Amino acid sequence: MPFKSCFKFLPPVGFPGVVGFLSVIGLFGAVALVAQMAPVVTIAPQPTVKAKRGAPATVTLKVSLPAGFHMNSNTPTEPNLIPLTLKWTGGPLEGGVITYPKPALETYTFTAGKPISVVTGAFDVTTKFQVPAAAAAGPAAQTGTLRYQACNDRMCFPPKTLPVNVTVSVE
Amino acid sequence: MPPTRFFILLAVITGIAVTLGTIGWPTNEPAHKVVKDDKERKKAPDFQLKDANGKVVHLSDYKGKVVLLDFWATWCGPCGIEIPWFTDFQRKYKDRGFTVLGVSMDDGGWKDVKPFVAENKINYQIVLGDDKTSDMYGDVEALPTTFVIDREGRIASVHVGLVDKKEFDDAIQKLL
Repeated sequence: MPFKSCFKFLPPVGFPGVVGFLSVIGLFGAVALVAQMAPVVTIAPQPTVKAKRGAPATVTLKVSLPAGFHMNSNTPTEPNLIPLTLKWTGGPLEGGVITYPKPALETYTFTAGKPISVVTGAFDVTTKFQVPAAAAAGPAAQTGTLRYQACNDRMCFPPKTLPVNVTVSVE
Repeated sequence: MPPTRFFILLAVITGIAVTLGTIGWPTNEPAHKVVKDDKERKKAPDFQLKDANGKVVHLSDYKGKVVLLDFWATWCGPCGIEIPWFTDFQRKYKDRGFTVLGVSMDDGGWKDVKPFVAENKINYQIVLGDDKTSDMYGDVEALPTTFVIDREGRIASVHVGLVDKKEFDDAIQKLL
């Protein structure tokens, strides 16, 4: 059989098809490599929070964790596991009551069938504050930290602390 | 051959090469060697770290032994699966010139590590790791990361993440 006739079964998909095919294969390899790297957790930029003196104010952090990874919830099922923790350290707002995302009970290769309490994907961490009646008018920074510890199915990465900085406009 | 088919053929060959390079060639042989060939082994960096009693431990203290050097942490679930395997290896092979050395990467130090060691009945030496040691071993970030070191102090195999107990056992037996 002539050499070129071996490939007649291939459809003439054109250059975009070739690029698409290579992309899929390349992605496959890339996923395998990225799985050994620490996940990049992001907190979406916060819009300015408008706060009226003497009224409540809500700050919602939109956190995102790449697919294939999880982090312990704020209430881990094992004492050694490091919880997701938001701490407010400064700013004009007071009395923050934090609501963490609803955790999922998941099993992984390393949990030996015992579910652990985790969060995955994109989620919100919400804090309800009270604006002091004597708060100074104008913009101010509400600062804090978000600590987490992430793993995938086969490995874990050291705990990380992300800075949180929200602009509050007191009216 | 029309140019489009040529590109498809090229794509198929490249794709197969990339895929096999990532996941390994499908043969009846093991996906990778149990241990590296002699000439491929590099010297394991020496370090000095302290154990729970404050005693300074060097890797070079173990020269002449096969060492399973495990970077781990108490908060690392997959590490907790491997630790009973390692205590088993320590028990089985310690009289044949083998030892496990655990390098804990816990920021909390001994207050976190000591209770864990007691609770899990760890029967091998644990030292507290630091960033310098982690960097010496290629910036160990993912845990567990385990190096199997031959009697000459050279790295014979590296395992990142949770792997099968048999992989370690085969490597140890090959080096003993």
